[in-house]
Amino acid sequence: MSQNGRRAVIVGVATSDYPKLPEMSEHAVHGQAADRALADAGLTMAGVDGFASTGFFPMYATGVAEYLGLHPTYYDETNAGGASFEVLAEHAAYAIEAGAAEVVLITYGSIQLSQMGRRLGTGGGGGSGFAPGPAIYDALWGNTLVGSYALAARRHMDQFGTTAEQLASVAVTMRAHAAGNPQAQERDPITVEDVVSSRLVADPLHKLDCCVISDGGGACVMTTAERAADLETTPIYVLGAAHATTHHMNISSMPDLTVSPAAQCGPLAFARAGIGPAEIDVAQLYDSFTITVVLTVEDLGFCAKGEGGAFVENGGLGLGGRLPTNTDGGGLSACHPGMRGMFLIVEAVRQLRGQGGATQVPDARIAVAHGTGGMLSTGATLILGKEAP
Amino acid sequence: MTQTTTPTDERPPKPRPAPVPDHDSAPYWQALHDGRLLVQRCRDCAAAQLYPRDRCLACRGPVTWEEASGRGTVYSFTVIRQNYSRPFRDWIPYVVALVDLEEGPRVMTNLVDCDPDAVQVGMAVRARFEVVSDEAGIALFVPD
Repeated sequence: MSQNGRRAVIVGVATSDYPKLPEMSEHAVHGQAADRALADAGLTMAGVDGFASTGFFPMYATGVAEYLGLHPTYYDETNAGGASFEVLAEHAAYAIEAGAAEVVLITYGSIQLSQMGRRLGTGGGGGSGFAPGPAIYDALWGNTLVGSYALAARRHMDQFGTTAEQLASVAVTMRAHAAGNPQAQERDPITVEDVVSSRLVADPLHKLDCCVISDGGGACVMTTAERAADLETTPIYVLGAAHATTHHMNISSMPDLTVSPAAQCGPLAFARAGIGPAEIDVAQLYDSFTITVVLTVEDLGFCAKGEGGAFVENGGLGLGGRLPTNTDGGGLSACHPGMRGMFLIVEAVRQLRGQGGATQVPDARIAVAHGTGGMLSTGATLILGKEAP
Repeated sequence: MTQTTTPTDERPPKPRPAPVPDHDSAPYWQALHDGRLLVQRCRDCAAAQLYPRDRCLACRGPVTWEEASGRGTVYSFTVIRQNYSRPFRDWIPYVVALVDLEEGPRVMTNLVDCDPDAVQVGMAVRARFEVVSDEAGIALFVPD
């Protein structure tokens, strides 16, 4: 990606405190992450002319911008659920390269856990009285958010022979990575047996196939490579990006429950970066549920459709495995405040800078961050590199 | 396999929610109320579709209604064992399924009159109608 000789880079990243923030407002989470990301970049709020964020009501980003004291001349609040922050970063890259912005701050903040407790995790299917428009066609039956992903998991198992144990192995690896992350919500090691013997929430998904529910946020700062040359930080290049959607919130409208939007935006992002999946050193893949990761590794082209179960088992996603993934412990173990996409960007950048700590992938040069939102409704792929393309 | 997390609740059971018909969906809900399952058929490209909408999803052509056989196969299913919302929590465990109708469209439904642990992808099912309001019915499905 580049236009006019301008090339977008990420120069600052940060997470807020997490996973439990009972004393903080949602805006305060944004603010803490923003301050830390700007400090990481060696910049201040005064230099920010672009802002992006998203949340669950209209004009969300303008509200956060006001809270932060920003009067940006570029702003974006595209909402693609869990994939939002990959989309916002892609848009910011285009804006920077087109000359529409010099420094874009992107923030995320959520106090979902403190606000609502654990009920949000299964209540997404809606209930009586609140199912506007087409939502009614799925809302009548008592389906849940977990249920929607369970429908995809069941179909994948039936069509390709994927096993509960293979799905469980995703959760086991994420937990192993979380052990190296002092902030992670769940750090005690688990086994495949622990996952498949945990309570079924919606068959075939068990409690430990589901992400945690957290408070938390993060931020990143983007600018041009030229500007980054004056900063202390190691710039991380946006090599390629793309996003896609196939349906809104009704899983009954998903064309094929075994193929996520990653099958569209993954190949596009790789083509735009001019590389292939084999060149990826470390992956940050949205892991709302274990099945989400299995679908994503297939759809991004790390293995053939249907072979995701075999790909992820036996430590396939671990350090030294086929594709080291979610090195911070992911949404399954570290932190999932609702729209986790920002965490994927932060961890990808940290890995490429060599700041991965206990779970650093040696000599990581190219990373992929892929967000998935809604009911497998949206996908957004960012391919990041430590060297200029 | 039968663990549940239903909180105890002494209140009387809450009825199944009823849809509020709109311009696009009123004929669909009314037909279900009268014991018939309709699908939409495109006058231009002959594609069949649900949910009901004003134009063809494949080609934006005009659509008409036709009666469906009410038979289909299970595309996928889940057994819901945790849901805090009423009335659903009173049903736990219950089967939510996606059914591919003979005519092509896929619909979400509850599979009833069967052991949740005996449901399989690909099993044949047929519609069983239930009236939920003066202007709407729904299609549950049972093993065929």
